[in-house]
Amino acid sequence: MDEQTQVPPGLIHFAAMDQILDLARANSLWPMTFGLACCAIEMMATGAARFDMARFGCEVFRPSPRQSDVMIVCGTINKKMAPAVVTLYDQMPEPKWVIAMGNCAISGGPFVFPGQYNVVEGVDKLFPVDVYIPGCPPRPEALIEGFLELEKKLTGKRRWPVAKAQ
Amino acid sequence: MSIEGQTIHRETFVVNLGPQHPATHGVLRIKLTMDGEYIDDAEPVIGYGHRMHEKMGENRTYAKFLPNTARMDYVAAMFNTHGYVCAVERLAGITVPERAEYIRVVTAELNRLASHLLWAGAFLIDLGGFTPLLYTFDDREHILDLLESVTGARLTFCYYRFGGVCNDVDDQFVAGTREFIARLRSRMPMYHALITKNIIFRKRCEGIGIIPAETCRRYGATGPVVRGSGIAYDVRKAEPYSAYPQLNFNIPVYPEADCMARYLVRMDEMMESMRIIEQALDLMQPGPVMAEKVPKMLKPPKGDCYFNVESARGSFGVRAISDGTDKAYRLKLRSPCFSNMSLFQECSRGMLLADALALLGSLDLVIPDMDR
Repeated sequence: MDEQTQVPPGLIHFAAMDQILDLARANSLWPMTFGLACCAIEMMATGAARFDMARFGCEVFRPSPRQSDVMIVCGTINKKMAPAVVTLYDQMPEPKWVIAMGNCAISGGPFVFPGQYNVVEGVDKLFPVDVYIPGCPPRPEALIEGFLELEKKLTGKRRWPVAKAQ
Repeated sequence: MSIEGQTIHRETFVVNLGPQHPATHGVLRIKLTMDGEYIDDAEPVIGYGHRMHEKMGENRTYAKFLPNTARMDYVAAMFNTHGYVCAVERLAGITVPERAEYIRVVTAELNRLASHLLWAGAFLIDLGGFTPLLYTFDDREHILDLLESVTGARLTFCYYRFGGVCNDVDDQFVAGTREFIARLRSRMPMYHALITKNIIFRKRCEGIGIIPAETCRRYGATGPVVRGSGIAYDVRKAEPYSAYPQLNFNIPVYPEADCMARYLVRMDEMMESMRIIEQALDLMQPGPVMAEKVPKMLKPPKGDCYFNVESARGSFGVRAISDGTDKAYRLKLRSPCFSNMSLFQECSRGMLLADALALLGSLDLVIPDMDR
């Protein structure tokens, strides 16, 4: 590249534009329909009538990784499944985020014991994770809270009030 | 091509269905050899949900393995716990109090209702109808609230213990269950109007996915699959256990052997489950819910026993072999989903791909249960 066409760093800012884009992204996170194990049932329950993820703009479950923004890793990943999960992650277009739902996705959960031969101990061994939701399985409220945390990570501030303990 | 031009040139290609595919209900992979839109061969590839349950049964004490049972067939967790607990009780010679048996029946049948409701919603999604899922999950949440009030969990219950159940049910639970059954019963005509009478649903199900009774026998299929093929086999009747001998209920059987028959079997089973729950609540007497003198560290005498229960998907069996220590020598878990899935390869031959997915959905597979 010749010197004249080089743009000095910091000359062009898209700060306002970036903020608007982040707000738009945070309000329409599309998760991928991808159930691995028990937590997937709670993910379905979160999308159904009672908990209604649509209130937070993240109910558009896409079966194809090419159309989704968020991968919810809900369940145990074993050694046979790991290459497929990595392929799915690679197929998602940028920007992309990952939510590790449940203890299995965080650390292998209850399936870790001395001499275990099959479980990948945490999805963060395969690719970076943005939000961890503990639980076995986490309640639907916890998954919604995870999405709110992800929104906070995207926009820098929390849009919804924090629920008070009863 | 033959010389006379009699043979038509035939070309097949291979399609991978899964492991990430919404219609496989998890991580089942099916290697399809397709001849156009028709299936030449469908080879199921399993193991994507294998979680070492049987190995863990040998590595943990009997009590420590209890939470694992809920994570095999997580949609109907009570049945797995029931099978395991009964097998170990038989090994150790523990007698369960009568009230605990009735509580087990009530909670297990509630779980069967929840499982069938979830299946109905998911099956309709496979066929392209999204709306019924919202209705079935609405009813399912009521059951989960009831079960949560006594077990403390929404999905992966660990409620049964060796010798009984860990919490007694209170009047609120009993009243809530009666109220819920009245509600679900009043909603069944709505489900039949919404789903059963829907012409698109009927066209996708009637005469599709025929599983002959002979095929069921050969593959060892059980549960609603076999009852949808005209065989009245139900473990609750064939080998009665728990409090089922005292209860009066029917086994719904449909001889048509298609997807519609399996759907109707499950819908009728829900009505029967409601009858069972009501009877069990009426017969339940106050009393202890735990057997006395069950040691904390259970060491069953040397022995070998097999116990099977009727899960929401079929016969779930546990074979426990004890060598006298606090851990099982071998724990074999017989999953109904594995046998039910095995017949898919034979039955789907020559079917349209879209129809084969209706067949797959009607088998009601839970993949981590199949892989264990």
